[in-house]
Amino acid sequence: MTGASLFGIEMVNVFLAMAILIVIASFVSLYRGIEGPGIFNRIIAVSVIGTKTIVLLVLIGFIYERPDFFDIALVYAILNFIMTIAATRY
Amino acid sequence: MSDTTTITNILTVVLLLTGAFFMLAGTIGFVRFPDFYSRMHATGKCDTLGEGLMLVALIVYGGATFVSVKILFLIIFILFANPTSTHAIAKAAYDVGLEPWRKLDDEVEWVTVKTESIKTEVKNDDLDT
Repeated sequence: MTGASLFGIEMVNVFLAMAILIVIASFVSLYRGIEGPGIFNRIIAVSVIGTKTIVLLVLIGFIYERPDFFDIALVYAILNFIMTIAATRY
Repeated sequence: MSDTTTITNILTVVLLLTGAFFMLAGTIGFVRFPDFYSRMHATGKCDTLGEGLMLVALIVYGGATFVSVKILFLIIFILFANPTSTHAIAKAAYDVGLEPWRKLDDEVEWVTVKTESIKTEVKNDDLDT
């Protein structure tokens, strides 16, 4: 790991701010998932939220310095992809 | 704090902010666009790019370690999987018969009439000369 601060701002706080931004974006997408007309808007809302969750997991891994979260993010990406393909096939 | 550390951190912050900008733009488009296909146009590209940029920023921050290789695999997988799933959803919606959004019929008729009149004017001018 490289140094932990830039111009007096801790890098961990930068990661935390990015994580909060992603959570806000996920909730804004959730509005379309609840409101959006039809099944396809909901499918793509779930897909988008899952995509944001992958970055969120990697950021959490960097914030708490626990490398386990990267494996979870990989598995989550694969599951998200399979779920989307299955939902569109049937 | 050495110079390389500062450069690395600045690069990380810039890439993170660019990725967050693309992600927020994709989310705003996802909520605001009028149609399913245009919503997919907003999310399918912006999310892939924003996510790739943020993960590249984390690779730059982490340096050359085993963790970075894992994140690189994640980026490659996302670059394959995200357009594929977007295409699958769009094709399923098209097969079901979801109509793409159009403008109001009056506006479309008005536009076609206008262009036809312009074409006839051009033809008359050609005949005169």
